[in-house]
Amino acid sequence: MTNRPAHRLLWSFALVLVVSLGLYVMFAAVHYTWNWSSVWSYRTQFVRGWLTTLGISLGAMVVSIVVGFALMIGRRSTCTPVHLLSTGIVEILRGSPLLVQLLLGYYIVATALHVGDPLVVGTVLLGCFEGAYLAEIFRGAVESIGASQREAARAVGFDTAQTYRYVIIPQAVRRALPGTTGQMVSLIKDSSLLSVIGIEELVQKVRIMNSSSYTALEGYLPLAVAYLIVTIPLSWYARKLERRFAYET
Amino acid sequence: MKLETRQVTKNYGGFLALDGTTFQTGNDARVVALLGPSGGGKSTLLRVLGGLLLPESGEVVVNDQPLPHDPQGALKSLRKNGFVFQGYNLFPHLSALQNIVLPLCAVHGYSEPMAKERALELLQRLGLAEHHHKRPAELSGGQQQRAAIARALAPKPDLLLLDEPTSALDPVMTGEVLDVIRELAEGGQQIVLATHEISFARKVADWIVFLAKGRVEESFPSEQFFQKPTSALAQEYLHGLSRYR
Repeated sequence: MTNRPAHRLLWSFALVLVVSLGLYVMFAAVHYTWNWSSVWSYRTQFVRGWLTTLGISLGAMVVSIVVGFALMIGRRSTCTPVHLLSTGIVEILRGSPLLVQLLLGYYIVATALHVGDPLVVGTVLLGCFEGAYLAEIFRGAVESIGASQREAARAVGFDTAQTYRYVIIPQAVRRALPGTTGQMVSLIKDSSLLSVIGIEELVQKVRIMNSSSYTALEGYLPLAVAYLIVTIPLSWYARKLERRFAYET
Repeated sequence: MKLETRQVTKNYGGFLALDGTTFQTGNDARVVALLGPSGGGKSTLLRVLGGLLLPESGEVVVNDQPLPHDPQGALKSLRKNGFVFQGYNLFPHLSALQNIVLPLCAVHGYSEPMAKERALELLQRLGLAEHHHKRPAELSGGQQQRAAIARALAPKPDLLLLDEPTSALDPVMTGEVLDVIRELAEGGQQIVLATHEISFARKVADWIVFLAKGRVEESFPSEQFFQKPTSALAQEYLHGLSRYR
């Protein structure tokens, strides 16, 4: 295996070419007439939807990390009610459909609490849903830090909070990074479900365009590109972070 | 120092590591070596004496002061001690220097420049000055163990407790680390050492505690122990170890 940049670039070009050719052949085989003009006329709406998706995703990421961390701590608590509550929340959030959580959360819980803004409610609900997954990723990372490191932390005199802060979390972050990146990419895509509580994010904008201009597939290609513009740099940045945290154990 | 335990038990999920352990050293032991076969309770006794493990029952008395039984009190008393482990247990994400500086600042209230000065002084003394910026994975086993000793010594501990500090090292590195421990002992540091290095214990320790199966079989001044061990287990152990060296 060689890692020279030129070599990698060459292979990337070749692969892109082959895949594009394959796609072209398939698209040509079905004789679909593309109507790009209607897509172009919807470009401002499209960008607006994209920005909404970005905003929701960023907000939900922050919420999900906070929720994930809190649930992880709760799952590891020795206090029985806290442990049970956190475990229950994780299982329910992970085990039930996001669609149901959004509908019940928005139309029942948020209404009862007099919170009307679907953007706020949607962001928080999405953040909680992804947070439940993150809690388990974080827990796996924290529990993979061995007993000898905990013992060493206690031996130098750290109390429990200091042990987490100085020893466990810095090492766990590195182990949690790959899983967390995957979850963040999922979060961005899951945000498309927020259309059910009336948020006009990217997917919803494309649906509106398709139905009003009688097109079927035109909107979906730019849609995929619009998601990839965000998710690929995210993965790239996460790999860079992983390398920064890399040290041998 | 004077070490004493009375009917101490410590249990790991049904396995009695310490089974009513009772012993006492002389009043002014300086270097106490814990000897005995593997699985006999040396490491556990060392941790209990240093306050790192709380026993299920019994009393641990160090210099006529009983160790506290509550976790908070135990943490306070263990902060007066320094620990060194068989597997070094440095923090892998920190450099050798940071491994020493962080506990000084976070636990012992040193300012950052003071902690750095103290750490560099110790690394210099242990021959690691030019390696201070390296992470543990970039150091040899012997260097890691010396860095671990520097970390344990940094807050000027009352007791330095070493748990088989050379068991994971090759003979050359073992020599490096034992030199350091001997110098510390000669400099007046109070040391508790669990080890299989019988000839080293004979040279450096002035008190020997021999354990097997979670019980202390003998606790005598070094000379007396090596000349005439009283228990059959200790005789067998010494004989077995001296066969090839």
